[in-house]
Amino acid sequence: MIRLRKLARAASVLTTPLAPEDILSLFNPVFSARQLRGVVTRVVAETADSATIFFRPGRGWKAHQAGQWARIGVELDGVRHWRSYSLSAPAGQDPAITVTDVGAVSGVLVRDTRPGDVLFLAPPQGDFVLPEHPRPLLMLTAGSGITPVMSMVRTLVPHRPDADVVLIHSARTPQDSIFREELSELADQFPNFKVTHWFTGERGRVDFSSPAALDELCPDWRHRAAYACGPEGYLDDAEALWSAEAAVAAAAEGSAAGESHHPEGPFAADPINLIIERFTTSLAAGAGHDGGLVTFEASDREVEADGSTPLLDVGEDAGVLMPSGCRMGICHSCLTPLRAGHVRDLRTGEVHGEPGQLIQTCVSAAAGPVNLDI
Amino acid sequence: MAIVINHEAESTEDAVVPAKTRRGALATSGSPLVRPPAAAHLSDEQVAELGRELDAIKDDILAKRGASDAAYIRRMIKIQRALEISGRATLLVSRNKGAWVAGTTLLSLAKILENMEIGHNVLHGQWDWMRDPDIHSTTWEWDFVTPARAWQHTHNDLHHRWTNVVGRDNDVGYNLLRMDPSQEWKPFNLGNPLYNAILAPVFEWGIAIYDLELQDFKDGNKSKEALVKDLKALGVKALKQFTKDYAATPAVAMLTGSGKQALYGTLTANAVRNVWAHAVIFCGHFPDGTDTFTEEMVEGETRGDWYVRQMIGSANISGSKFMHLMTGNLSHQIEHHLFPDIPSNRYAEVAPKVQEICKRYGLPYTTGPIWKQVGSTWAKVFKLALPPKKA
Repeated sequence: MIRLRKLARAASVLTTPLAPEDILSLFNPVFSARQLRGVVTRVVAETADSATIFFRPGRGWKAHQAGQWARIGVELDGVRHWRSYSLSAPAGQDPAITVTDVGAVSGVLVRDTRPGDVLFLAPPQGDFVLPEHPRPLLMLTAGSGITPVMSMVRTLVPHRPDADVVLIHSARTPQDSIFREELSELADQFPNFKVTHWFTGERGRVDFSSPAALDELCPDWRHRAAYACGPEGYLDDAEALWSAEAAVAAAAEGSAAGESHHPEGPFAADPINLIIERFTTSLAAGAGHDGGLVTFEASDREVEADGSTPLLDVGEDAGVLMPSGCRMGICHSCLTPLRAGHVRDLRTGEVHGEPGQLIQTCVSAAAGPVNLDI
Repeated sequence: MAIVINHEAESTEDAVVPAKTRRGALATSGSPLVRPPAAAHLSDEQVAELGRELDAIKDDILAKRGASDAAYIRRMIKIQRALEISGRATLLVSRNKGAWVAGTTLLSLAKILENMEIGHNVLHGQWDWMRDPDIHSTTWEWDFVTPARAWQHTHNDLHHRWTNVVGRDNDVGYNLLRMDPSQEWKPFNLGNPLYNAILAPVFEWGIAIYDLELQDFKDGNKSKEALVKDLKALGVKALKQFTKDYAATPAVAMLTGSGKQALYGTLTANAVRNVWAHAVIFCGHFPDGTDTFTEEMVEGETRGDWYVRQMIGSANISGSKFMHLMTGNLSHQIEHHLFPDIPSNRYAEVAPKVQEICKRYGLPYTTGPIWKQVGSTWAKVFKLALPPKKA
């Protein structure tokens, strides 16, 4: 590896201002000096509107932990779009994402991805991972929320006889249920894994308004470390149940032992034991045209801005060292990376914005809360 | 599809900035203190309407821009890199005369494409919309001694904003030549043709020195720290460029006994690119028919007036598709100045619409074959070497 790097540095004498990777990319698209890429090796249809995409990442990728997600860049009509997808492959194996068609980007990934295609990548990240020490686990998933949990189940169940995993997975119908067959096979094969397929089309949603449903599905749920991944409402309900149980436990404990607090007591259920992974199809924040809170992340400044003041002016007035040039939208000297939120192009009125996009601050105003990487 | 949302970042409303109008934005109606003579016959309303028509042309292109444009620039970059490596590889055996000619030609073509159709246009942000960090105005560096960032400042910002405004746009003569009759004549200007002839083959150095903004430093408008920083950046860049073309390539070629020939090859390729770039760039604003402007003409300038200034201050070059490509589409200088950041492959389809607008509004649209435009700029270089005739 070190010799390779030395060789690359020597070669760059002949390729400057390009990097040797820029030349090598003529022959293999995975090479890039500044952009991690992967080549799709296999695409497997899971349900009518979901697919698993296996890829071989280039140098710079780091192996994922079960439950983590990665940002994936795809080109739509020449423009690169980034979305985050959970990795469904077990830890230690080649990465794969499982994508459900819920929007423009995921639709293209599910329908149009072929082996040999290039994906743009960012290394895996996320804290929704297995506990460091073995514990009995309860997994609550709904819809495509199964994806990160699938990675955990595949990592843990076949390889750890001491594992104790209960999974309650909600899907609308059996046909919509991703990984249904594989999960049932694993449950048949390994006594340490129990799965409940809950079809909301037949039975409605799992009722988290009281402990009754869980008491029936998994009587010892209070003693398990719980993981939940699914739509917003599902997670909110689960969170509320765990909070309520924690309050009950604290009250019981308070009357039994006065002021002292024993988190390891018999009623150990509390929100800390519920680890949540939220997923949304797009960042919800920042629609509308009325300005919003502008956060200059690296400068650690926050300013409320209206919807007609260019972000360049907002930043300068807040004392941020903003790059600037023509101030009329032609020279691209003021480009600043957007971290979150949407901006409005003051020339056309168009509202746009994706995390990582470089925006012209001299002609862009806040359309809702905006985070800039400066 | 998991996105972890941090719910802790709640807003704190401590500073509220009052609403105000955008600095630098041009008004859509009104008029400058003085309208340039070539546009003096137009009313405020006509100029505003012209502005709207040109905005519509741009919007049309932005709506069409997509996968085919992305494929175009990627194809161009591939072709350029293939030319570059094959040219350089051929020079490694350039003891053979045929190999020398082939290698030098390939490398010259590669350097011209790299500098003009790719470098100039990527650095303008014409491809930023793709959001590809490998083809982006903030990351691109080119095969030219002046560092990309320095050039972007003097070119994209200063030259394109102040196009042909004498006293504001230093591209009018590059602080070296007298290129406009309103520039005061000094005996130094007698050397105009000589300076220009010397400048052409070393044009990249002319630009590198120009980008240092030495006059601004002398006038106290540029700090010493800024100048030292720019000098360092230029030094590092120049060293890398020299090492590649004049040390590393000949050194490898020495293995076949072609060291000296390879050195002549890279020197020639750089000179060819410089002479060509110099010729094309001088055709942009200096041929007969292009106007220059006074500061009163930009005071209070509206969006439409800004467009007018770009059109009547620039000149096109007519020719074949290959010629347009070799000029980096700067042969569509008028369209480029109207819309500096639309993809260069789109200028050709915009050109007839712009020409039609100029005709309808009675504005000059200067264009001609390259020999005529080059001849016209050289005529100006000679003519303005001499002092103005006393009336």
